[in-house]
Parts: sequence; C-alpha cells; structure tokens
Amino acid sequence: MSDIASPKSSSAHWTREGLIQGARAVFPVLPGTLAFGMAFGALCAQKKFTLLEVQGFMGIVYGGMSQFVAVQSWPEVLTAPSIATLALLTLTVNIRFFLMSATFRSWFGTLPAWQAYPPLLLITDAGWLLSLRYRERGGSDASYFLGGGLMLYAVWFVAALPGYFLAEQLANPKTYGLDLVFPAFFAALLVPAWRGRSSALPWIVAGVVALVVQRVLPGWWFIIAGSLSGAISAGLMNGNDDA
Amino acid sequence: MLEQTIALGRTDVWIAIAVMAVVTVASRLGGYWLMAYVPVTPRVRRMLDALPGSIIIAAIAPVVLNGGSVVIIAIAAAIGVTIIKRNDFIAVTTGMLVAALARAVGFSG
Repeated sequence: MSDIASPKSSSAHWTREGLIQGARAVFPVLPGTLAFGMAFGALCAQKKFTLLEVQGFMGIVYGGMSQFVAVQSWPEVLTAPSIATLALLTLTVNIRFFLMSATFRSWFGTLPAWQAYPPLLLITDAGWLLSLRYRERGGSDASYFLGGGLMLYAVWFVAALPGYFLAEQLANPKTYGLDLVFPAFFAALLVPAWRGRSSALPWIVAGVVALVVQRVLPGWWFIIAGSLSGAISAGLMNGNDDA
Repeated sequence: MLEQTIALGRTDVWIAIAVMAVVTVASRLGGYWLMAYVPVTPRVRRMLDALPGSIIIAAIAPVVLNGGSVVIIAIAAAIGVTIIKRNDFIAVTTGMLVAALARAVGFSG
C-alpha cells in the first residue's frame, strides 16, 4: 500500500515498478472515470455525433470536463466564429492544466525534453493529484505519473462506448450520483493537501474569488481566477515559515 | 457518400475537435515550458506550493455551494470519510451513494 519510493532529493528517473505502482494508484478513480465517459457517450448519442467523432473527443481532446461543456453548447452550424467560441470555452475549462503542468517543472526538470514533455500530454485532474501526493511523500519516479496517466487514458478511451449505445438508460446521470464523482475525489485529495495554518489564507482567497468570479463572469474563468488568486496570496504572505 | 459521412464524421466537426485538442495540448505543455524561464525564488516556491490546494478549492467551491443541500452533504460525507479512512475509492463511493440516496428519497439538488 505504501506510495513511498525514494527520497525527494533524488532526481526524476524511470522504472518498471513505478509504472505499475502508478497504474495501480489510479484504481480508485477508474469507476468514476468510466461513468463520466459513459455519460459523455450518452450525451453525444443524443446530440447525433458519430461514434468516430466521439472517439475523436475521447482520444484527441482528452479533457472530460471540456468535452462535456463543448458538446452541451455545440453550435447548430460550425462557422469560424463558432469554432473560435468553442476554442475559448475549451481554454477556460482546460487552462487549469497549464497550472498543473507548471508544478511538474520541479520534478521533471532534470529529464531531457523528449522524456519530459510527452508524459505531460496525459495530464488529468486525477493523475496530477495522485502524482502530487506521491511526490509529497518523497517519490521521484517519473514512471509513477506515466503509469497512472496511461491507465487513465486507456480506460477513458473506451469509456464512452457503453454510454453511446445505452444512451436512454443513462439520460439522467444524477440519479446515480455520477455528478459527485469528481467533486468527491477532489474533496478527498484536499485533506492531504492541507499543510497547516499557512494553507488557510490561500484556500479562503481561492474559494472566495472563484465564487465571486463565477457570479460575475460567464463560463469557467472562475477556476483559473480562483487558483491564481490563491497562489498569489501565498506568494504575498511573509516568508517567515522558511518551508 | 452518405455512408462515408456517417462513418467518418463531418469535416467541420473534426476541425472543431482538432482546434479543441490544440488548445488543450498547449495548456498541458505550456506551464512546464514557462517554468523553465521563471526563477524559483522563495516567493515563487510559496506560490507553487499553494497552487494545488487553490486549484482544487477554486474548481469545487462553486460546484458545491451552488449544488444545493444534496451536493453539500455528499461532499461533507466524502471529506469526513477521508479524514477517518484515507481511501480515495471509499470517499468517492460515499459521495455518490449519499447523493443517490438523498435524491431517491426526494431531496432535490
């Protein structure tokens, strides 16, 4: 059960064990990932997308939340302006990956670029959160992230299929509490992210800003606004903790 | 021709998918790339350390607070279970179960 591999001081490296360990670590979110993908498949069936188009979203875009938001607000006719609107929508939902990607520099930074960049294409909320926890416990094996990322990608890639073919039965995912999968997973990983009192101010700032922005601005800007405000407030605090 | 359209999908849809993919890939790689040029001073270090918790809070706070009593109770249950028993799977299942049961007995939200 231990996630501890090697001390944080050791630099990023690759091992077969880490790959398996990382793939195992994502097991708790696989049912939720599958359910989320199924719900997306069902939505696409209702919106008359072809199966191959659905697989295009799953395999090439690979961002569940952005796929949902895009397909839900899919324009009647695709024109250059409406595609630009979709691009902006995708950006506001997925720009959080930019912040997650930034946190990998201190870990993957010693790897050559050709080894560091490709795994980052697999950044997801769940994979990132789990790797972060692994890292905080002293892990430095880059395979841990890759293993989890590949496992999540493989499951996600097939997840829409049952939903696409069983569209009617999955019309209301809320009945099964499926809308709680990711909020509950996020909440669970919030507990180990708490670092004592120094966490309080950034968290409060992040939450308040996200709530306010969500009321004021349409779309998904609240995620990036809240995240950045929280981080900036931590940067502005006096650095007497010497952590 | 019609069959092909059904099988392969529509060109404009594939263009939209490609555009969405480019934006997403740029997001996934961009942060890492940028941090090569940002010197990690103690201040930047503190910001990066606070980033994960801030992202989580910013992403779920509006969902939870606007989700109504069912979502709030389900998330509280998931957090409670995590504090007692550090297991992601049990936390997610608890959150889903609590919400599904609450809705089944007639709570809305």
